[in-house]
Amino acid sequence: MTALSFTLKSPLRQRLDASPLVPDRLLGKSPKEIATLDLQYGNRRIAAADLFDIAGDDAESVRISGSPKLDFAGRGMTRGSLIIDGDAGAYVGMHMKGGRLCVSGSAGLYAACELKGGIVEICGNAGDLLGSALPGNKKGMSEGVVIVRGDAGDRVGDHMRRGSILIEGNAGMYLGARMTAGTIAVRGRIGACAGYAMKRGTLLVYGSPVSIGATFNDCGLHTLGFLPLLLKGYQGLNTCFSETRACRSRVRRLVGDLSVQGKGEILLVA
Amino acid sequence: MIINGVHIDETFAEAFPMRATRVIVTAQNLKWAHHAAQAMTGFATSVIACGCEAGIERELDPAETPDGRPGVSALLFAMGGKGLAKQLETRAGQCVLTSPTSALFAGIVEGEQIPLGKNLRYFGDGFQISKRIGGKRYWRIPVMDGEFLCQETTGMIKAVGGGNFLILAESQPQALAACEAAIEAMRRIPNVIMPFPGGVVRSGSKVGSKYKTLPASTNDAFCPTLKGQTRTELSPEIESVMEIVIDGLSDADIAKAMRAGIEAACGLGAANGIRRISAGNYGGKLGPFLFHLREIMA
Repeated sequence: MTALSFTLKSPLRQRLDASPLVPDRLLGKSPKEIATLDLQYGNRRIAAADLFDIAGDDAESVRISGSPKLDFAGRGMTRGSLIIDGDAGAYVGMHMKGGRLCVSGSAGLYAACELKGGIVEICGNAGDLLGSALPGNKKGMSEGVVIVRGDAGDRVGDHMRRGSILIEGNAGMYLGARMTAGTIAVRGRIGACAGYAMKRGTLLVYGSPVSIGATFNDCGLHTLGFLPLLLKGYQGLNTCFSETRACRSRVRRLVGDLSVQGKGEILLVA
Repeated sequence: MIINGVHIDETFAEAFPMRATRVIVTAQNLKWAHHAAQAMTGFATSVIACGCEAGIERELDPAETPDGRPGVSALLFAMGGKGLAKQLETRAGQCVLTSPTSALFAGIVEGEQIPLGKNLRYFGDGFQISKRIGGKRYWRIPVMDGEFLCQETTGMIKAVGGGNFLILAESQPQALAACEAAIEAMRRIPNVIMPFPGGVVRSGSKVGSKYKTLPASTNDAFCPTLKGQTRTELSPEIESVMEIVIDGLSDADIAKAMRAGIEAACGLGAANGIRRISAGNYGGKLGPFLFHLREIMA
Protein backbone atom coordinates (compact mmCIF):
# COMPACT_ATOMS: atom_id res chain seq x y z
CA MET A 1 0.00 0.00 0.00
CA THR A 2 1.22 3.51 -0.75
CA ALA A 3 0.38 6.73 1.03
CA LEU A 4 -2.78 8.46 -0.14
CA SER A 5 -1.39 11.59 -1.77
CA PHE A 6 -3.08 14.81 -2.83
CA THR A 7 -0.89 16.72 -5.29
CA LEU A 8 -2.02 20.22 -6.24
CA LYS A 9 -2.74 20.57 -9.95
CA SER A 10 -1.90 24.29 -9.77
CA PRO A 11 -1.01 26.74 -7.01
CA LEU A 12 -3.95 27.66 -4.77
CA ARG A 13 -5.52 31.03 -5.62
CA GLN A 14 -7.87 31.08 -2.65
CA ARG A 15 -7.58 29.74 0.89
CA LEU A 16 -8.47 26.08 1.15
CA ASP A 17 -9.96 24.34 4.19
CA ALA A 18 -8.01 21.06 4.16
CA SER A 19 -9.62 19.67 7.31
CA PRO A 20 -11.49 16.83 5.48
CA LEU A 21 -8.16 15.44 4.26
CA VAL A 22 -7.23 13.57 7.43
CA PRO A 23 -6.96 9.78 7.95
CA ASP A 24 -10.07 9.71 10.19
CA ARG A 25 -12.28 11.10 7.44
CA LEU A 26 -10.67 9.25 4.52
CA LEU A 27 -10.57 5.74 5.95
CA GLY A 28 -13.17 3.44 4.44
CA LYS A 29 -13.90 5.75 1.52
CA SER A 30 -13.67 4.52 -2.07
CA PRO A 31 -11.43 6.39 -4.58
CA LYS A 32 -14.57 7.86 -6.12
CA GLU A 33 -15.85 9.12 -2.78
CA ILE A 34 -12.47 10.68 -2.06
CA ALA A 35 -12.37 12.34 -5.48
CA THR A 36 -15.77 13.91 -4.92
CA LEU A 37 -15.03 15.12 -1.37
CA ASP A 38 -16.49 18.55 -0.96
CA LEU A 39 -13.87 21.15 0.08
CA GLN A 40 -14.31 24.80 1.02
CA TYR A 41 -12.17 26.82 -1.41
CA GLY A 42 -12.42 30.55 -0.89
CA ASN A 43 -16.14 31.34 -0.94
CA ARG A 44 -17.23 28.22 -2.84
CA ARG A 45 -17.31 24.45 -2.55
CA ILE A 46 -15.16 22.33 -4.84
CA ALA A 47 -14.51 18.62 -5.36
CA ALA A 48 -11.11 17.35 -4.19
CA ALA A 49 -10.32 15.94 -7.64
CA ASP A 50 -10.73 19.41 -9.19
CA LEU A 51 -7.81 20.70 -7.08
CA PHE A 52 -5.64 17.64 -6.59
CA ASP A 53 -4.22 14.68 -8.46
CA ILE A 54 -5.10 11.85 -6.10
CA ALA A 55 -2.97 8.70 -5.90
CA GLY A 56 -2.27 5.90 -3.45
CA ASP A 57 -4.57 3.84 -1.27
CA ASP A 58 -3.34 3.94 2.34
CA ALA A 59 -5.63 6.37 4.13
CA GLU A 60 -3.70 5.90 7.40
CA SER A 61 -0.84 7.77 5.75
CA VAL A 62 -1.85 10.93 3.90
CA ARG A 63 0.36 13.42 2.00
CA ILE A 64 -0.81 16.82 0.75
CA SER A 65 1.05 19.34 -1.40
CA GLY A 66 1.95 22.31 0.70
CA SER A 67 0.80 25.88 0.20
CA PRO A 68 0.67 28.95 2.46
CA LYS A 69 -3.06 28.99 1.66
CA LEU A 70 -3.67 25.46 2.92
CA ASP A 71 -5.56 26.05 6.20
CA PHE A 72 -6.83 23.69 8.91
CA ALA A 73 -4.65 20.78 7.75
CA GLY A 74 -4.93 17.93 10.27
CA ARG A 75 -7.79 19.58 12.13
CA GLY A 76 -9.22 17.21 14.74
CA MET A 77 -7.28 14.20 13.48
CA THR A 78 -6.98 11.33 15.97
CA ARG A 79 -4.84 8.75 14.18
CA GLY A 80 -2.45 7.98 11.40
CA SER A 81 0.04 10.25 9.73
CA LEU A 82 -0.38 13.42 7.72
CA ILE A 83 2.51 15.01 5.86
CA ILE A 84 2.32 18.44 4.26
CA ASP A 85 4.98 18.62 1.55
CA GLY A 86 5.96 22.27 1.77
CA ASP A 87 4.39 25.17 3.66
CA ALA A 88 1.05 25.15 5.41
CA GLY A 89 -1.37 27.97 6.15
CA ALA A 90 -3.11 28.81 9.40
CA TYR A 91 -4.59 26.49 12.02
CA VAL A 92 -2.44 23.44 11.19
CA GLY A 93 -3.18 20.65 13.68
CA MET A 94 -5.96 22.61 15.36
CA HIS A 95 -7.88 20.43 17.88
CA MET A 96 -5.79 17.43 16.86
CA LYS A 97 -6.13 14.51 19.32
CA GLY A 98 -3.69 11.90 18.06
CA GLY A 99 -1.45 10.71 15.25
CA ARG A 100 1.46 12.57 13.74
CA LEU A 101 1.37 15.65 11.56
CA CYS A 102 4.51 16.85 9.80
CA VAL A 103 4.88 20.08 7.85
CA SER A 104 8.07 19.94 5.84
CA GLY A 105 8.03 23.72 5.32
CA SER A 106 6.74 26.51 7.51
CA ALA A 107 3.32 26.93 9.13
CA GLY A 108 1.18 30.03 9.56
CA LEU A 109 -0.80 31.46 12.47
CA TYR A 110 -2.34 29.36 15.23
CA ALA A 111 -0.50 26.13 14.39
CA ALA A 112 -1.41 23.37 16.90
CA CYS A 113 -3.89 25.70 18.57
CA GLU A 114 -5.94 23.95 21.26
CA LEU A 115 -4.04 20.74 20.50
CA LYS A 116 -5.37 17.81 22.55
CA GLY A 117 -2.88 15.09 21.68
CA GLY A 118 -0.50 13.65 19.10
CA ILE A 119 2.67 15.11 17.65
CA VAL A 120 2.92 18.15 15.38
CA GLU A 121 6.28 18.70 13.71
CA ILE A 122 7.04 21.86 11.75
CA CYS A 123 10.35 21.61 9.94
CA GLY A 124 10.48 25.30 9.01
CA ASN A 125 9.19 28.24 11.02
CA ALA A 126 5.90 28.61 12.85
CA GLY A 127 3.76 31.74 12.89
CA ASP A 128 2.33 33.56 15.87
CA LEU A 129 0.14 31.92 18.53
CA LEU A 130 1.61 28.44 18.17
CA GLY A 131 -0.19 26.02 20.55
CA SER A 132 -2.38 28.80 21.87
CA ALA A 133 -6.10 29.22 22.54
CA LEU A 134 -8.38 30.50 19.81
CA PRO A 135 -9.50 34.12 20.24
CA GLY A 136 -11.93 34.35 23.16
CA ASN A 137 -11.10 30.89 24.48
CA LYS A 138 -9.16 30.32 27.69
CA LYS A 139 -7.69 26.88 27.11
CA GLY A 140 -4.82 26.54 24.73
CA MET A 141 -2.97 23.38 23.95
CA SER A 142 -3.92 20.74 26.57
CA GLU A 143 -1.80 17.70 25.61
CA GLY A 144 0.60 16.47 22.94
CA VAL A 145 3.95 17.63 21.62
CA VAL A 146 4.81 20.37 19.12
CA ILE A 147 8.26 20.46 17.54
CA VAL A 148 9.46 23.47 15.55
CA ARG A 149 12.80 23.04 13.80
CA GLY A 150 13.06 26.71 12.90
CA ASP A 151 11.81 29.84 14.65
CA ALA A 152 8.40 30.52 16.17
CA GLY A 153 6.48 33.79 16.22
CA ASP A 154 4.95 35.77 19.07
CA ARG A 155 2.68 34.47 21.84
CA VAL A 156 3.75 30.85 21.63
CA GLY A 157 1.69 28.78 24.10
CA ASP A 158 -0.77 31.53 24.98
CA HIS A 159 -3.15 30.04 27.60
CA MET A 160 -1.35 26.69 27.27
CA ARG A 161 -2.56 24.07 29.78
CA ARG A 162 -0.39 20.99 29.29
CA GLY A 163 1.96 19.24 26.86
CA SER A 164 5.27 20.32 25.40
CA ILE A 165 6.39 22.78 22.76
CA LEU A 166 9.98 22.31 21.62
CA ILE A 167 11.47 25.11 19.51
CA GLU A 168 14.92 24.48 18.09
CA GLY A 169 15.30 28.06 16.83
CA ASN A 170 14.22 31.38 18.34
CA ALA A 171 10.85 32.42 19.74
CA GLY A 172 9.14 35.80 19.57
CA MET A 173 7.58 38.05 22.19
CA TYR A 174 5.17 36.98 24.94
CA LEU A 175 6.41 33.40 25.03
CA GLY A 176 4.12 31.37 27.31
CA ALA A 177 1.88 34.33 28.06
CA ARG A 178 -1.08 33.46 30.31
CA MET A 179 0.15 29.87 30.44
CA THR A 180 -1.42 27.67 33.15
CA ALA A 181 0.80 24.57 32.82
CA GLY A 182 3.00 22.62 30.43
CA THR A 183 6.51 23.05 29.14
CA ILE A 184 7.96 25.23 26.40
CA ALA A 185 11.63 24.73 25.57
CA VAL A 186 13.50 27.14 23.29
CA ARG A 187 17.01 26.41 22.08
CA GLY A 188 17.63 29.88 20.68
CA ARG A 189 16.79 33.39 21.85
CA ILE A 190 13.42 34.58 23.10
CA GLY A 191 11.69 37.92 22.70
CA ALA A 192 10.55 40.38 25.36
CA CYS A 193 7.78 39.79 27.91
CA ALA A 194 8.30 36.04 28.23
CA GLY A 195 5.91 34.49 30.74
CA TYR A 196 3.59 37.52 30.78
CA ALA A 197 0.70 36.74 33.20
CA MET A 198 1.92 33.17 33.45
CA LYS A 199 0.23 31.16 36.28
CA ARG A 200 2.16 27.90 36.21
CA GLY A 201 4.26 25.90 33.76
CA THR A 202 7.88 25.90 32.67
CA LEU A 203 9.77 27.92 30.08
CA LEU A 204 13.14 26.28 29.47
CA VAL A 205 15.43 28.70 27.65
CA TYR A 206 18.88 27.80 26.32
CA GLY A 207 19.65 31.02 24.45
CA SER A 208 21.98 33.79 25.57
CA PRO A 209 20.76 36.00 28.44
CA VAL A 210 17.41 37.58 27.74
CA SER A 211 15.55 40.46 29.25
CA ILE A 212 13.07 39.14 31.75
CA GLY A 213 10.16 41.13 33.14
CA ALA A 214 10.45 42.77 36.54
CA THR A 215 7.61 40.57 37.78
CA PHE A 216 9.85 37.49 37.73
CA ASN A 217 12.05 36.91 40.80
CA ASP A 218 15.39 35.15 40.76
CA CYS A 219 15.50 31.91 42.80
CA GLY A 220 19.15 31.20 42.01
CA LEU A 221 21.15 28.57 40.17
CA HIS A 222 20.14 24.92 40.65
CA THR A 223 20.53 21.36 39.44
CA LEU A 224 16.93 20.21 39.16
CA GLY A 225 16.28 16.48 39.34
CA PHE A 226 13.25 16.55 37.09
CA LEU A 227 15.12 18.02 34.11
CA PRO A 228 16.98 14.84 33.05
CA LEU A 229 13.69 12.98 33.32
CA LEU A 230 11.87 15.62 31.27
CA LEU A 231 14.52 15.70 28.57
CA LYS A 232 14.79 11.91 28.51
CA GLY A 233 11.09 11.91 27.67
CA TYR A 234 11.90 13.81 24.46
CA GLN A 235 14.47 11.27 23.29
CA GLY A 236 12.22 9.52 20.81
CA LEU A 237 11.40 12.83 19.12
CA ASN A 238 14.80 13.41 17.53
CA THR A 239 15.29 16.94 18.80
CA CYS A 240 18.32 18.77 20.16
CA PHE A 241 16.72 18.77 23.62
CA SER A 242 17.62 15.17 24.39
CA GLU A 243 21.39 15.60 24.00
CA THR A 244 23.33 14.31 26.99
CA ARG A 245 24.89 17.71 27.65
CA ALA A 246 21.48 19.35 27.82
CA CYS A 247 20.30 16.75 30.35
CA ARG A 248 23.01 17.64 32.85
CA SER A 249 22.57 21.40 32.67
CA ARG A 250 22.34 23.70 35.63
CA VAL A 251 19.59 26.28 35.42
CA ARG A 252 18.78 29.70 36.86
CA ARG A 253 15.20 29.57 38.15
CA LEU A 254 13.07 32.68 37.80
CA VAL A 255 9.58 32.49 39.24
CA GLY A 256 6.50 34.46 38.23
CA ASP A 257 4.51 36.15 36.88
CA LEU A 258 4.18 37.70 40.33
CA SER A 259 1.77 40.35 39.04
CA VAL A 260 -0.85 37.57 38.86
CA GLN A 261 0.47 35.59 41.88
CA GLY A 262 1.88 33.18 39.33
CA LYS A 263 3.93 30.12 40.25
CA GLY A 264 5.35 29.54 36.80
CA GLU A 265 9.06 29.34 36.14
CA ILE A 266 11.55 30.45 33.53
CA LEU A 267 14.58 28.18 33.63
CA LEU A 268 17.63 29.77 32.03
CA VAL A 269 20.13 27.07 31.16
CA ALA A 270 23.53 28.09 32.45
CA MET B 1 15.94 -37.08 48.54
CA ILE B 2 19.51 -36.38 49.66
CA ILE B 3 21.70 -33.59 48.20
CA ASN B 4 25.36 -33.59 49.21
CA GLY B 5 24.48 -35.54 52.33
CA VAL B 6 21.64 -33.18 53.27
CA HIS B 7 18.22 -34.78 53.66
CA ILE B 8 15.40 -32.93 51.91
CA ASP B 9 12.19 -33.57 53.84
CA GLU B 10 9.12 -34.69 51.96
CA THR B 11 7.15 -31.68 53.00
CA PHE B 12 6.04 -28.34 51.67
CA ALA B 13 6.08 -24.66 52.53
CA GLU B 14 2.76 -22.89 52.72
CA ALA B 15 2.39 -19.36 51.47
CA PHE B 16 -0.50 -16.92 51.24
CA PRO B 17 -1.74 -14.22 48.85
CA MET B 18 -0.55 -10.66 49.43
CA ARG B 19 -0.54 -7.33 47.62
CA ALA B 20 2.78 -5.92 46.52
CA THR B 21 4.43 -2.97 44.87
CA ARG B 22 7.92 -2.07 43.78
CA VAL B 23 9.44 1.38 44.14
CA ILE B 24 12.71 2.77 42.83
CA VAL B 25 14.72 5.04 45.11
CA THR B 26 17.47 7.07 43.47
CA ALA B 27 19.97 9.49 44.94
CA GLN B 28 23.18 11.34 44.20
CA ASN B 29 25.06 8.09 44.78
CA LEU B 30 24.36 4.51 45.74
CA LYS B 31 25.27 5.14 49.38
CA TRP B 32 22.43 7.62 49.81
CA ALA B 33 19.99 5.56 47.78
CA HIS B 34 20.69 2.73 50.22
CA HIS B 35 20.23 5.02 53.23
CA ALA B 36 16.76 6.01 52.00
CA ALA B 37 15.71 2.52 50.93
CA GLN B 38 17.00 0.88 54.11
CA ALA B 39 15.07 3.35 56.23
CA MET B 40 11.95 2.78 54.11
CA THR B 41 12.15 -1.00 54.40
CA GLY B 42 13.15 -1.01 58.07
CA PHE B 43 10.88 -2.58 60.70
CA ALA B 44 9.11 -4.51 57.96
CA THR B 45 9.96 -8.12 58.73
CA SER B 46 6.51 -9.54 59.23
CA VAL B 47 2.93 -8.42 58.71
CA ILE B 48 2.17 -9.87 62.14
CA ALA B 49 3.21 -6.61 63.76
CA CYS B 50 4.97 -4.39 61.21
CA GLY B 51 2.07 -3.62 58.89
CA CYS B 52 4.03 -4.75 55.86
CA GLU B 53 6.98 -6.83 54.76
CA ALA B 54 9.60 -5.01 52.75
CA GLY B 55 13.14 -5.27 51.56
CA ILE B 56 15.65 -4.10 49.02
CA GLU B 57 15.39 -6.17 45.86
CA ARG B 58 18.58 -5.07 44.10
CA GLU B 59 20.84 -2.18 43.14
CA LEU B 60 20.16 -0.38 39.87
CA ASP B 61 22.62 1.15 37.41
CA PRO B 62 21.99 4.76 36.38
CA ALA B 63 20.87 3.45 32.98
CA GLU B 64 18.07 1.50 34.66
CA THR B 65 16.59 4.36 36.69
CA PRO B 66 14.12 6.97 35.43
CA ASP B 67 16.33 9.96 36.31
CA GLY B 68 19.65 8.42 35.30
CA ARG B 69 21.08 8.33 38.82
CA PRO B 70 22.17 5.34 40.90
CA GLY B 71 19.33 3.67 42.74
CA VAL B 72 17.87 0.63 44.40
CA SER B 73 14.56 -1.12 43.94
CA ALA B 74 12.51 -2.14 46.96
CA LEU B 75 9.51 -4.42 47.24
CA LEU B 76 6.72 -3.90 49.77
CA PHE B 77 4.12 -6.54 50.61
CA ALA B 78 0.96 -6.32 52.73
CA MET B 79 -2.12 -8.43 53.31
CA GLY B 80 -4.42 -5.95 51.57
CA GLY B 81 -4.40 -2.96 49.24
CA LYS B 82 -5.43 -0.39 51.85
CA GLY B 83 -2.76 -1.53 54.26
CA LEU B 84 -0.10 -1.47 51.57
CA ALA B 85 -1.07 2.02 50.42
CA LYS B 86 -0.93 3.33 53.99
CA GLN B 87 2.43 1.74 54.73
CA LEU B 88 3.88 2.97 51.46
CA GLU B 89 2.77 6.52 52.02
CA THR B 90 4.00 6.61 55.61
CA ARG B 91 7.35 5.08 54.79
CA ALA B 92 7.89 7.19 51.66
CA GLY B 93 7.04 10.35 53.60
CA GLN B 94 9.16 9.65 56.65
CA CYS B 95 12.09 7.82 55.09
CA VAL B 96 12.56 8.81 51.44
CA LEU B 97 11.24 12.37 51.37
CA THR B 98 13.51 13.09 54.32
CA SER B 99 16.64 11.50 52.85
CA PRO B 100 19.07 13.93 51.14
CA THR B 101 19.12 13.99 47.31
CA SER B 102 16.54 11.20 47.04
CA ALA B 103 13.87 10.74 44.39
CA LEU B 104 11.13 8.12 44.31
CA PHE B 105 9.60 6.37 41.31
CA ALA B 106 7.16 3.58 40.57
CA GLY B 107 8.75 0.21 39.88
CA ILE B 108 5.57 -1.46 38.67
CA VAL B 109 3.44 0.11 35.97
CA GLU B 110 0.55 -2.32 35.72
CA GLY B 111 -2.14 -3.10 38.27
CA GLU B 112 -4.21 -0.86 40.48
CA GLN B 113 -2.52 2.48 41.08
CA ILE B 114 -1.82 3.49 44.70
CA PRO B 115 -0.54 6.88 45.83
CA LEU B 116 3.18 7.54 45.94
CA GLY B 117 3.62 11.30 45.68
CA LYS B 118 -0.09 11.96 45.26
CA ASN B 119 -0.54 12.96 48.90
CA LEU B 120 3.09 13.65 49.80
CA ARG B 121 2.91 16.64 47.49
CA TYR B 122 0.98 18.58 50.14
CA PHE B 123 4.22 18.81 52.09
CA GLY B 124 5.10 21.39 49.43
CA ASP B 125 2.56 23.75 51.03
CA GLY B 126 1.38 25.07 47.69
CA PHE B 127 4.84 25.44 46.18
CA GLN B 128 4.77 21.92 44.73
CA ILE B 129 4.84 21.61 40.95
CA SER B 130 3.24 18.90 38.84
CA LYS B 131 4.88 17.67 35.64
CA ARG B 132 3.43 15.14 33.23
CA ILE B 133 6.21 13.36 31.41
CA GLY B 134 5.56 10.50 29.02
CA GLY B 135 1.98 10.16 30.24
CA LYS B 136 3.04 9.88 33.90
CA ARG B 137 2.60 12.55 36.54
CA TYR B 138 5.46 13.55 38.77
CA TRP B 139 5.60 15.97 41.69
CA ARG B 140 8.42 18.37 42.37
CA ILE B 141 8.26 19.14 46.08
CA PRO B 142 10.57 21.90 47.28
CA VAL B 143 12.75 20.78 50.20
CA MET B 144 15.76 22.31 51.91
CA ASP B 145 18.35 20.52 49.74
CA GLY B 146 16.58 21.33 46.47
CA GLU B 147 13.59 19.42 45.16
CA PHE B 148 12.15 16.00 46.02
CA LEU B 149 10.98 14.40 42.80
CA CYS B 150 8.30 11.77 43.24
CA GLN B 151 6.05 9.92 40.82
CA GLU B 152 2.36 10.33 41.60
CA THR B 153 1.42 6.65 41.82
CA THR B 154 2.83 3.16 41.60
CA GLY B 155 1.21 -0.09 40.54
CA MET B 156 -0.03 -2.64 43.04
CA ILE B 157 -0.29 -6.28 41.99
CA LYS B 158 -1.25 -9.64 43.49
CA ALA B 159 1.72 -11.40 45.03
CA VAL B 160 2.67 -14.26 47.32
CA GLY B 161 4.10 -14.04 50.83
CA GLY B 162 5.47 -16.49 53.32
CA GLY B 163 7.43 -18.89 51.13
CA ASN B 164 10.03 -20.50 53.38
CA PHE B 165 12.44 -23.27 54.14
CA LEU B 166 14.26 -24.39 57.25
CA ILE B 167 17.91 -25.27 57.57
CA LEU B 168 18.63 -27.83 60.27
CA ALA B 169 22.23 -28.05 61.37
CA GLU B 170 24.44 -29.61 64.01
CA SER B 171 25.38 -26.23 65.47
CA GLN B 172 24.26 -22.62 65.49
CA PRO B 173 27.33 -21.28 63.57
CA GLN B 174 26.89 -23.96 60.91
CA ALA B 175 23.18 -23.15 60.48
CA LEU B 176 24.00 -19.47 60.13
CA ALA B 177 26.78 -20.10 57.60
CA ALA B 178 24.37 -22.12 55.47
CA CYS B 179 21.77 -19.36 55.71
CA GLU B 180 24.30 -16.74 54.64
CA ALA B 181 25.25 -18.84 51.61
CA ALA B 182 21.57 -19.31 50.75
CA ILE B 183 20.76 -15.61 51.07
CA GLU B 184 23.71 -14.63 48.88
CA ALA B 185 22.39 -16.91 46.14
CA MET B 186 18.78 -15.80 46.58
CA ARG B 187 19.60 -12.10 46.35
CA ARG B 188 20.49 -12.69 42.69
CA ILE B 189 16.90 -13.74 41.95
CA PRO B 190 14.62 -10.87 40.84
CA ASN B 191 11.10 -10.20 42.16
CA VAL B 192 11.73 -11.59 45.66
CA ILE B 193 12.77 -10.30 49.05
CA MET B 194 13.77 -12.03 52.23
CA PRO B 195 12.34 -9.54 54.76
CA PHE B 196 13.95 -10.67 58.01
CA PRO B 197 17.25 -9.31 59.37
CA GLY B 198 19.97 -10.41 56.97
CA GLY B 199 17.26 -12.48 55.29
CA VAL B 200 17.20 -15.01 58.14
CA VAL B 201 14.69 -15.64 60.93
CA ARG B 202 15.57 -17.69 63.99
CA SER B 203 12.15 -17.41 65.62
CA GLY B 204 9.97 -19.31 63.19
CA SER B 205 6.36 -19.36 64.31
CA LYS B 206 3.37 -21.64 64.25
CA VAL B 207 -0.20 -20.44 63.84
CA GLY B 208 -1.96 -19.83 67.19
CA SER B 209 -0.90 -19.94 70.80
CA LYS B 210 -2.04 -21.15 74.18
CA TYR B 211 -2.58 -17.46 74.90
CA LYS B 212 -5.82 -16.38 73.20
CA THR B 213 -4.59 -12.92 72.23
CA LEU B 214 -1.61 -14.18 70.25
CA PRO B 215 -2.15 -15.13 66.57
CA ALA B 216 1.27 -16.81 66.35
CA SER B 217 3.79 -18.31 68.73
CA THR B 218 7.13 -20.11 68.72
CA ASN B 219 7.39 -23.15 66.46
CA ASP B 220 8.10 -25.48 69.38
CA ALA B 221 8.40 -28.57 67.17
CA PHE B 222 11.61 -27.07 65.73
CA CYS B 223 13.05 -25.61 68.94
CA PRO B 224 16.14 -27.67 69.81
CA THR B 225 15.95 -26.92 73.53
CA LEU B 226 12.44 -28.43 73.67
CA LYS B 227 13.37 -31.75 72.08
CA GLY B 228 12.40 -33.64 75.21
CA GLN B 229 9.49 -31.42 76.14
CA THR B 230 7.24 -31.25 73.09
CA ARG B 231 6.29 -33.24 69.97
CA THR B 232 9.59 -32.48 68.31
CA GLU B 233 10.50 -32.66 64.62
CA LEU B 234 14.19 -32.76 65.45
CA SER B 235 16.53 -35.72 65.69
CA PRO B 236 19.15 -35.78 68.47
CA GLU B 237 22.04 -34.42 66.34
CA ILE B 238 20.15 -31.21 65.38
CA GLU B 239 21.19 -28.33 67.60
CA SER B 240 20.04 -25.31 65.61
CA VAL B 241 17.31 -24.47 63.09
CA MET B 242 17.01 -21.28 61.06
CA GLU B 243 14.38 -20.22 58.57
CA ILE B 244 14.46 -18.16 55.42
CA VAL B 245 11.17 -16.47 54.55
CA ILE B 246 10.54 -15.32 50.99
CA ASP B 247 7.98 -12.91 49.57
CA GLY B 248 7.70 -12.82 45.80
CA LEU B 249 5.71 -11.21 43.05
CA SER B 250 4.58 -14.68 41.93
CA ASP B 251 4.73 -18.28 43.16
CA ALA B 252 7.18 -19.07 40.34
CA ASP B 253 9.57 -16.38 41.65
CA ILE B 254 9.41 -17.87 45.14
CA ALA B 255 10.04 -21.38 43.83
CA LYS B 256 13.06 -20.13 41.89
CA ALA B 257 14.46 -18.38 44.98
CA MET B 258 13.84 -21.43 47.18
CA ARG B 259 15.70 -23.65 44.76
CA ALA B 260 18.67 -21.27 44.62
CA GLY B 261 18.77 -20.99 48.42
CA ILE B 262 18.47 -24.71 49.12
CA GLU B 263 21.11 -25.47 46.50
CA ALA B 264 23.51 -23.03 48.15
CA ALA B 265 22.82 -24.39 51.64
CA CYS B 266 23.26 -27.95 50.46
CA GLY B 267 26.48 -26.87 48.80
CA LEU B 268 28.02 -26.76 52.29
CA GLY B 269 26.72 -30.28 52.80
CA ALA B 270 26.71 -32.73 55.67
CA ALA B 271 30.47 -32.29 56.02
CA ASN B 272 29.76 -28.79 57.34
CA GLY B 273 27.04 -29.91 59.70
CA ILE B 274 24.02 -29.24 57.50
CA ARG B 275 21.74 -32.24 58.05
CA ARG B 276 18.24 -31.48 56.83
CA ILE B 277 16.14 -29.00 54.84
CA SER B 278 12.54 -28.74 55.90
CA ALA B 279 9.75 -26.19 55.54
CA GLY B 280 7.00 -24.47 57.46
CA ASN B 281 4.03 -26.74 56.96
CA TYR B 282 1.04 -25.79 59.03
CA GLY B 283 -1.46 -28.30 57.71
CA GLY B 284 -3.23 -25.89 55.38
CA LYS B 285 -4.09 -23.31 58.05
CA LEU B 286 -1.84 -20.65 56.58
CA GLY B 287 -2.44 -20.30 52.86
CA PRO B 288 -3.24 -21.82 49.48
CA PHE B 289 0.23 -21.83 47.88
CA LEU B 290 2.16 -25.05 48.49
CA PHE B 291 5.84 -25.34 47.64
CA HIS B 292 6.87 -28.99 47.77
CA LEU B 293 10.60 -29.11 48.51
CA ARG B 294 11.30 -32.25 46.52
CA GLU B 295 9.43 -30.97 43.46
CA ILE B 296 11.33 -27.70 43.61
CA MET B 297 14.67 -29.50 43.89
CA ALA B 298 13.87 -32.22 41.31
